[in-house]
This record gives sequence, C-alpha cells and structure tokens, in this order.
Amino acid sequence: MSAEPTSLGTQVFTITRADLVAYAEASGDHNPIHQDETVARSVGLPGVIAHGMYTMALAARAVSTWFPGAEVVSFGCKFTNPVVVPAEGGVDIEVAGEAKPGDDGLTTVALTVTCGGQKVLGMPKAVVRA
Amino acid sequence: MPVDQSLVGREFPPTSPYTVSEDKVRAFVAATGGEYAGGPVPATFPIVLAFDAMNAFLEAESIDLFRIVHGEQKFHYERPVVPGDELTATLTVASLRQIGGNDIIGTASQITDAGGALVCTTTATLVHRAGEEGA
Repeated sequence: MSAEPTSLGTQVFTITRADLVAYAEASGDHNPIHQDETVARSVGLPGVIAHGMYTMALAARAVSTWFPGAEVVSFGCKFTNPVVVPAEGGVDIEVAGEAKPGDDGLTTVALTVTCGGQKVLGMPKAVVRA
Repeated sequence: MPVDQSLVGREFPPTSPYTVSEDKVRAFVAATGGEYAGGPVPATFPIVLAFDAMNAFLEAESIDLFRIVHGEQKFHYERPVVPGDELTATLTVASLRQIGGNDIIGTASQITDAGGALVCTTTATLVHRAGEEGA
C-alpha cells in the first residue's frame, strides 16, 4: 500500500551558550538550568543543558529543510537525555530522518536526534502535508 | 514538597492575548540559527504561548521553575500560525503522578485565535525534580 520509507539527509546543528541566552529571550523560557551551571547542578543535572524545546526547534528546522513550505500537522517528542552545552565552544546535534508517505496525503517523518552518538529525543515524529 | 494532587483536571485562566509579530518570529528563528523569510511560523513557535500559560500555572502553585525539567512536548495544529494572529492559551492539568520523589505533571494547553477558533493543542509533561536532599 504505502511507499517504502525514504532516508533523508542527516543535518548537523551546533548549540552554544549564547544561543541559549537568545532562545530564552525569544521563547520566554528563562529557566536558569539553561544558563547557570550552579543551579543546573543543584537539581542534579550534569551541567547547563539546552532547552528541550531548543533541540526540538532544530529538529523542526531539519523537517522544514527536507520539506520546504510543507504544513506541519503534528510534531512531538520526549526529552530523554539532556544536551549539555559547554561554556566554551558548542555541542553538535545530528538530525536524521525517514519519510513515509501515507495514503491520506500526509507524510510521517520519523526522526533520530543524537548528540555525541546518544539519542537525546525519544520518538521524535512530525507529520507534514507534503 | 509534592505537588497538590487535587490539581488534576483544573483549568487555569486564559493567558493575556499575544499578538504574533514578524519581529518576534524573526528573533525566535534567529535564536535557533535560522533566518525567517516570512510566512507561517516554525512548528515549535506556539511554545511561546504554552510557556506563558505554564509560567502562570507554576506561579499560582508556588512551584519553582528551576526545579522543572521538560519531559515531553506534542503539538497538534489545526492551521498554521502566521504573523498577525492574536493568540491565547488555556492550560489544564491533565495528570499528576510521583516517581522516585519527582512529580510528573501532565498539562494540555489549547491555543485559540481572536475569533475563539482552536489553532493548536499542545501537551507537555513537566518533571518537577526533588532537590539533592531527596523528596
């Protein structure tokens, strides 16, 4: 019935501390665990972590690059592992995907989002009209 | 301190209307390394509304934001959001459970436009972490 899944080209993004500052301002999420090492460690995190929504936004960017102009019908994921962002330099996020067109005009994009080879999002999936 | 169990099912007041502007969208896109070329907003942009509703909820319940870690987020869109939209979010606490001293709070926010039409439904799982000393 439906076509076989198609692999989409892996995209790489870098996250820096400065990005997290800009994202906090733009999104309204001023949780200090995304800015302050001491606060992050005080709640048991390994260091300053990226907003889960930041990583999810990168996954959305990848989808919009694969399917330019396509309407997104749904998008979701779990945040399974924190993305630790070092004070200097940045950290790379890799976004890979497989597209599976349905019979309903909608394409399901199953994503794999990793940092240093480890999955950071659980079951990230977007459904697009494409 | 565990979160009050009677919260489940409670709907919080709608957030103040938020007008989506090209400037706000441009800043959001730039923060995630992209360049906004106009048109519909990025898929995760409605989180701005959801955060607004979440912050009001946390404040009302005296929950510290720094103890919150994001567990899950899902969006279901009725239509694309575009600059000029005036949006409001209404948050409901959908579920609450305790695991290992942490509270797992499930929320659902309905985002509606100025005409009252549903634009996006977004659900979130928030993990309220106990301190180093345990629950």
